[in-house]
Amino acid sequence: MKNHQEKIIEKSILIVAFSTVFILFLITLFIFKEGLPFILNNGLTRLFFSTNWSPSDGSYGIIPMLIGSLSITFGALILGVPLGVACAIYLAEFSSKTLRNILKPMIELLAGIPSVVYGFIGMIFLAPVIRSYFGGPGLSILTASIVLGIMILPTIISISLDALLMLPRSYKEGSMALGATQWQTVTGVLLPAARSGILAGVILGMGRAIGETMAVIMVTGNSVKVPSSFIDSTRTLTANIALEMGYAIGEHRQALFATAIILFVFIIILNILAMKIIKKRRI
Amino acid sequence: MNPKLSQIIAKICLGLAMLFTISILIFIIIYILFHGLPILTYQFLSSPIQEMGKKGGIFPSIVSTLYLVITSVVVATPLGVGTAVYITEYTKKNKITDIIQFGSDCLAGIPSIIYGLFGFTFFVIFLGMGWSILSGSLTLAIMMLPTIIRTSEQAIRSVPQSYRDVTYSLGGSKWQGIKNIVIPKALPGILTGVILSMGRALSETAALIFTAGMSIRTPTSIFSSGRSMAVHFYTLAREGLSLPMAYGTASVLIISILFINFISYILMNQYLKKYS
Repeated sequence: MKNHQEKIIEKSILIVAFSTVFILFLITLFIFKEGLPFILNNGLTRLFFSTNWSPSDGSYGIIPMLIGSLSITFGALILGVPLGVACAIYLAEFSSKTLRNILKPMIELLAGIPSVVYGFIGMIFLAPVIRSYFGGPGLSILTASIVLGIMILPTIISISLDALLMLPRSYKEGSMALGATQWQTVTGVLLPAARSGILAGVILGMGRAIGETMAVIMVTGNSVKVPSSFIDSTRTLTANIALEMGYAIGEHRQALFATAIILFVFIIILNILAMKIIKKRRI
Repeated sequence: MNPKLSQIIAKICLGLAMLFTISILIFIIIYILFHGLPILTYQFLSSPIQEMGKKGGIFPSIVSTLYLVITSVVVATPLGVGTAVYITEYTKKNKITDIIQFGSDCLAGIPSIIYGLFGFTFFVIFLGMGWSILSGSLTLAIMMLPTIIRTSEQAIRSVPQSYRDVTYSLGGSKWQGIKNIVIPKALPGILTGVILSMGRALSETAALIFTAGMSIRTPTSIFSSGRSMAVHFYTLAREGLSLPMAYGTASVLIISILFINFISYILMNQYLKKYS
């Protein structure tokens, strides 16, 4: 009797454990169900070979938004990666344990600040600064890159820090014993050894930057055109979905879901890449 | 360059990078609280939203937020802890755990706008739940799962094997061991994950706009539509309805996040002290 009960419990926990996989399947199914007809009917050419997005005339070129998304992500990485890796090195090698125990929760807090608050600060504080120093509308690729660069810091810092802390102590001790300074040890031994872990952090940060929506809507100006410079206004793929989904019907709606498929697939690929890299290190 | 000199320069630069990052955090918090705290009166917290947010308070969105956070935690916690129990207690590392881990890692990486679209097509339309607290909460619950699974898994793994052995040697079954020994011992760690994921629910915007709707009325049940504080703040800020009201709402959000992170920090520290 008792044994029987144990079996039932084990089976039900197994079912619960598969909920993540089942949900992932459902998400894929429902996003594809809505967007795939558009891709099948038109091929990807209608989305990718046009710089004109005007749903009222049936033009669904996502190139302007693709350029917007990629340039902002690139800008965010330029700012976020060096700063994040520097913070991770500082926490791993140059700070005392007590200081690290104070700083780490603060990094977690940085991750906890709502993205709308980041967007708001970007809009109300940063955009006017950018406008007066660089010109342009203020709500721009540069503004969004800075905001996103800050938003991806926690991801990059925590994953790089884990990668650095996971290295065997002997690496560091060996290098120091040969008379290298701490900094020489970092650049010569620790960073090369932890580079794949850091790369995983960068990839996940990139995924976060591409997927971010609300903060980006608030700081890019959202105009649908190919931006001409980094102080120009732009619109991202995610912003396009969020701004137009509310009133989109028919083909327009399908086109938005098709954009979502492209985003979804891209981000899953990034995640798998990061997972592979992290796993390889563990073995 | 002289190695000693470069060591000093590097140390200063890295320290400055850290200082810069922390300054951004402190700047954001102070900037919001400085502008928002004067708005925070009892009246602001307890009045209905009037004229789309230009006047009145944020009472309905506080209620909506509480509904959303509580419902999503109630749904996500058993699923997340159950998954962690399965991975840690019922099976060794194998293909099955790899697949479950993969699912969880993928869910963690999916952007909230995609969750919003999914919640909209699946919960709102396909299951006919409409724009409601329920649709929003279920979407949030999915978004919380990876955090709860990861922290619960760590917490359960850190419970010493001897605890389990004692249960078995006393004739206890596997499930009795889990229910009476392992989970209670891992509880502070599990709670840390649950509380942190409440922070995520509190901050979420993109996924909620499409699932819980934008109603400014106070929700009466989980089947009503309602806008959370984050969504309300977004509307106020982006549509330029009222800056003071936006700052006020943002302050409530920031204070809640500070509180949540503080609690989880305390719990985590207690937990670490106990086992290390």
